[in-house]
Amino acid sequence: MKVTITEQDEIAVVEVTGDIDSKTAPEFERNAKLATEKSQKIAIDLTNVEFMSSAGLRVLLMVFRNIKSQNGKVILVGVSEDIQDVMSTTGFINFFTIVGTLDEALVILKQD
Amino acid sequence: MATDIRIDYYPTHEQQGIKFRRGHALPFGATMVPNGINFSIYSSEAIDCTLVLFERGEAQPFAEIRFPEEFRTGNVYSMIVFDLDYERLEYGYRMDGPFKPEEGHRFDKSIILSDPYAKAIGGRDTWLATPNWDNIYPYRSRLVFEDFDWENDHPLETPIEDLVIYEMHVRGFTQHPSSNVKNPGTFAAIRSKIAYLKELGINCVELMPIYEFDEWENSKENPVTGGLIVNFWGYSTVNFFSPKAGYAATGKFGMQVDELKTLVKELHKAGIEVMLDVVFNHTAEGDHRGHTISFRGIDNKTYYMLTPEGYYFNFSGTGNTLNCNNPVVRNMVLDCLRYWAADYHIDGFRFDLAAILGRDQNGAPLSNPPLLESLAYDPILAKCKLVAEAWDAGGLYQVGSFPAYGRWAEWNGKYRDAIRKFLKGDEGLVGEMAQCIQGWPDLYYYRGPTASINFIACHDGFTLYDLFAYNEKHNEANGEGNNDGGNDNHSWNCGVEGETEDPYINQLRHKQIKNALSILMVSQGVPMILSGDEMGVTKNGNNNTYCHDNELNWVDWNLLEKNADIYYFAQRITRFRRAHPVLRSRTHFQHRDYVGSGFPDVSFHGTQAWEPNFDASSRCLGVMLDGAHAKGGTIEDDSIYIAMNSHYDALYYELPQLPNGKSWHLAVNTDMPTGDDIYDIGKEPRLEDQGRFLVGGRATVILVGK
Repeated sequence: MKVTITEQDEIAVVEVTGDIDSKTAPEFERNAKLATEKSQKIAIDLTNVEFMSSAGLRVLLMVFRNIKSQNGKVILVGVSEDIQDVMSTTGFINFFTIVGTLDEALVILKQD
Repeated sequence: MATDIRIDYYPTHEQQGIKFRRGHALPFGATMVPNGINFSIYSSEAIDCTLVLFERGEAQPFAEIRFPEEFRTGNVYSMIVFDLDYERLEYGYRMDGPFKPEEGHRFDKSIILSDPYAKAIGGRDTWLATPNWDNIYPYRSRLVFEDFDWENDHPLETPIEDLVIYEMHVRGFTQHPSSNVKNPGTFAAIRSKIAYLKELGINCVELMPIYEFDEWENSKENPVTGGLIVNFWGYSTVNFFSPKAGYAATGKFGMQVDELKTLVKELHKAGIEVMLDVVFNHTAEGDHRGHTISFRGIDNKTYYMLTPEGYYFNFSGTGNTLNCNNPVVRNMVLDCLRYWAADYHIDGFRFDLAAILGRDQNGAPLSNPPLLESLAYDPILAKCKLVAEAWDAGGLYQVGSFPAYGRWAEWNGKYRDAIRKFLKGDEGLVGEMAQCIQGWPDLYYYRGPTASINFIACHDGFTLYDLFAYNEKHNEANGEGNNDGGNDNHSWNCGVEGETEDPYINQLRHKQIKNALSILMVSQGVPMILSGDEMGVTKNGNNNTYCHDNELNWVDWNLLEKNADIYYFAQRITRFRRAHPVLRSRTHFQHRDYVGSGFPDVSFHGTQAWEPNFDASSRCLGVMLDGAHAKGGTIEDDSIYIAMNSHYDALYYELPQLPNGKSWHLAVNTDMPTGDDIYDIGKEPRLEDQGRFLVGGRATVILVGK
């Protein structure tokens, strides 16, 4: 798994490539935390993530709780259908806005 | 960081590259701690214990760590192991000690044992997926995340008398293709039926066992049908703290805990409580010929009731009996229920064969069973509903006498039998019918009507439809030559055994179902219906379908159309109950007028008003509930008059006269065709003849006085 963080117009973009499971979740969490220190507007791009375990979903929720407590916003980008299924069945999906492309996420985050 | 300043966050020992240290004795089970996992397990008689660690799904363990003697406190072995992948980890134990069955000891260190306190079990992750039969550790203990985001959810604490309980099997409810849901047979699928449950008007689902069990237990080819006989119902627990993974669409990802919690949260949002059917009377380990999964190899003598020769007492009818009033086992049961109440927000529990929970360690009934008392007074369970199935397979029948401590309610088997016999036309039932309607004060004088969980059909026995379609059980498909299942069904087939094209018989069957639902919903106490009875499900006369993963147990949703009149009626009769507080009293009737309305709170009538006929030959009863006495006179409700006629002929019932300005309106007449058999709240037509009403043969009429 690889994580990169970039900033675009005060929005932190976290881009993940590879699987997020209990082995890689701690690194994903470290990076996500870094992003929350940079901005309260966060886009997490999961277009290149095929599998996300329970540990990965929990990192997403931690980011959401952290950002919400600062009145910020998190948007998920490019979540695969399989992962969306699991998120829906386990209730995680209710917390998130999910869009197809990074551009869409940036438009929404800029409006806020 | 503050989390780094504790000494016990660092290892002291190392073996095979695994770092560990002395652990914490409490809590029992496996718990995430900073940098590691704390393992804690107890055994009163083991002389040695080894922790066995697997990578998920691997055939062989990657490490086995013997607990150093200094890690033992009393009978508890505890250890923190560092740097484990908690999501991929599966763990178990080997316990060494004597193998002397005649003394009650069955230790065998060649077997890897599941942790009684595990929070999830791996190995049966997908329903009926063929297991690896050579697995050296088939039911694997796992850890789960316990940080579910409940938001503002809270158990609903609905007063028990306001509940309408819906008994449901997780898989049976949506597995039929006609259910039209995404993940049939799962917790997630129930979520997609919440709108349906609301439409039906129930406000509590009682889930048949969802603790991890093995559907493959005792599986074999069905000699009659050629299909597979399995353990479908699940009354055979492998682990008391783990939800059944095979009931979760995400069980294959190990996320059954989140899926179930999400279901509970969504049901709560819809105002629906969740009750669990829990089986603490025995385990899946069977008798002396059964296999060792956990308890037997950890502390046989503690967990099971044993005969003096070291065999298993069999009060459960399933091979062994959990030793519930042993202090150690009692604490495990308490820990378990607290966990489900606190971590899963469960609203109540129904205890299977609960009379066993009141037996001492030799099987004798206790007058003051410590377990039942502990549960009744427990602070975490304080607002949970506790419901007993107040009998067991060893002949202890405690309906009406179950030790209640002001808390326990019970499945009222006498109610079920009385209503069945009355509806089929038996004589001598009018007195018992008066008891049924009142929440059976003769049984529950001190406990009040809320002690009575009223039902006419449940998972065990005929469905409501079959009750009126079969005289005899037809259990051939169970492969035991029709010898299993009860014979005291009190059923009547209305003229033909099984399915028929005869329109008169079919109409009578539907009418009898509506009679049953009507009487159930106007009885004081707590009504419970079996999932599918609202659309007339059939099990083809099989009254013991525990072993069928097929149409016998799957609710056929096509019946909503075929039996649309039953569903139309069911939806409205649940609402009728919930609209009228006079039907839901917390306390027994006093048979007098204590608010000055001119009417007693309850009165009984016959074909003549004010003259009930309790003779043995009578099949008629009229009951009037005075609306001014609703909820002890604290709420003003309409008055309600119920006329029950199980005579085959229509009879005129003289109506009690209402005070000036009020008149009788027709809410229910099961003798009428659909649309005219039940009216929506507030739309009940006023009766032209306020003096008498012609009640059809085998019909029920409900009037509201307003």
